[in-house]
Amino acid sequence: MPTTACHAGDADSIQTSEGLAVLKTPLYDTHVRLGGKMVEFAGWSLPVSFAGINEEHVHTRTACSVFDVSHMGRLKLTGKDVPAFLDRICTRKLAPEPGRSFYSHVCREDGGILDDVIVSCGDGYWGIVCNGANRDKIVAWLKRQMAGRAVTLVDDTTATAMLAIQGPQAIPLAQERAGIDLSGLKRYRFMVRNLFGIEVRVYRSGYTGEDGLEVVLPAGAVNLLLPHLFGSADQPDPVVKPAGLGARDTLRIEAAMPLYGHELTEDWDSLTAGLAWCVDLTKDFIGAEAMRKIQARGLQKQLVGLELEGRRIARQHHEVLSGSEVVGEVTSGTLSPTLGKSIAMAFVPPPLAEVGTKLEVNLGRARAAATVVKLPFYKRPG
Amino acid sequence: MSVPSDRKYTETHEWFMVEGDVVTMGITQYAADELTDITYVDLPDVGASVAAGEPVGEVESVKATSDVYSAVTGEVVETNNELADHPEILNEDAFDRGWLLRIRADSLKPLNKLMDAREYEAHIAL
Repeated sequence: MPTTACHAGDADSIQTSEGLAVLKTPLYDTHVRLGGKMVEFAGWSLPVSFAGINEEHVHTRTACSVFDVSHMGRLKLTGKDVPAFLDRICTRKLAPEPGRSFYSHVCREDGGILDDVIVSCGDGYWGIVCNGANRDKIVAWLKRQMAGRAVTLVDDTTATAMLAIQGPQAIPLAQERAGIDLSGLKRYRFMVRNLFGIEVRVYRSGYTGEDGLEVVLPAGAVNLLLPHLFGSADQPDPVVKPAGLGARDTLRIEAAMPLYGHELTEDWDSLTAGLAWCVDLTKDFIGAEAMRKIQARGLQKQLVGLELEGRRIARQHHEVLSGSEVVGEVTSGTLSPTLGKSIAMAFVPPPLAEVGTKLEVNLGRARAAATVVKLPFYKRPG
Repeated sequence: MSVPSDRKYTETHEWFMVEGDVVTMGITQYAADELTDITYVDLPDVGASVAAGEPVGEVESVKATSDVYSAVTGEVVETNNELADHPEILNEDAFDRGWLLRIRADSLKPLNKLMDAREYEAHIAL
């Protein structure tokens, strides 16, 4: 018997040269047709780029891009104990108002971050969107904590598709093409709409630093709806273009949005990660006690932005130095397409976190001078 | 993707083209495409000695940093200065405008062991 986890309506998979099964999103064939360069990410085959990372990045900042984020885990919770259960699981206080979404962390007892998630309150259910790479872990964690409570969990990931439509043109274009009024949809709100007979959940959120939408729809419907709204390989849309994981990463770094496995890991807590705003220490969630102690003791390290001299890119785990002493570690870095500068996020001791502090990054064979700068590196105008 | 037949190729995706005793080298278009957007190129100074099988520079992209290896021993006689400000040339045209350096080779013999275009095409089709 296979021992791998089973999910409702398992997605198609392909074999890698190492013989591992990699899942295909419902848009796999579309990506290939559009010339996407496919890579394995979080157990899925996804496009890293289409026209080029830099070009897709700039296009997202100036017009509108569509990203396939179907690899993200989509879980649905029902039952009368769900609000109390989520209150215990999530670092954030969640208001039970249908149509609202909340960014939150899920932590262990010791405060170690298991994942960062978006929790949404629906009409008679709650939804969780988790990282693709953490889906099995989070499902197992939730099931363990659910024991004895009136909570039912359904993993909807492979039964649905998820798209991120991002950029300054995203909202006006979506309104125009889909004929839905989004003017009342605020940030971190969502609504359910029927589009040509297809139920679509539309969230005003994203991971690029731009305004935009994240849309969840049935897996079987996405290939019917997408060309209708945003063009196809044969008839490309003049404004909306596909973008891949590469641009998604450079966009989120400029916007200083954390990525699990980089700024967030099980090895430290939400406060240390600099995300105290999504932690409510007055409530009794898993990890609260540990974080109260961490706060009382004072943080040992702090996440900062660095601007490096030269064009070289600082990468995860590169050492940060003050004088000759190693004081910290890079979590993410890139050559910022918007700023034309090498930027990075890194953990350093609080006394060295002051904006303007001069540090150095060991890039392997070379070193680069670095200055602490304010986060985010990029903020959208207006 | 067409692989020019006027040069030789390594398994690590460098190309070498002979003109007299000077060998021009670069990385293949396949390698440039695999690296995705190239952001930085590090090359030796003119006059530097390079040795067969040793790294002679680095190509850095949004995704990764890769060493570039020489297949010949000799002296660097010219480097592609345009790449310092425009590393993206490598993504656009790795086989021509994206050449990396020219080496006056002590011997051209090591090139005999390298792959020709047909063999390299088979190598990257794996």
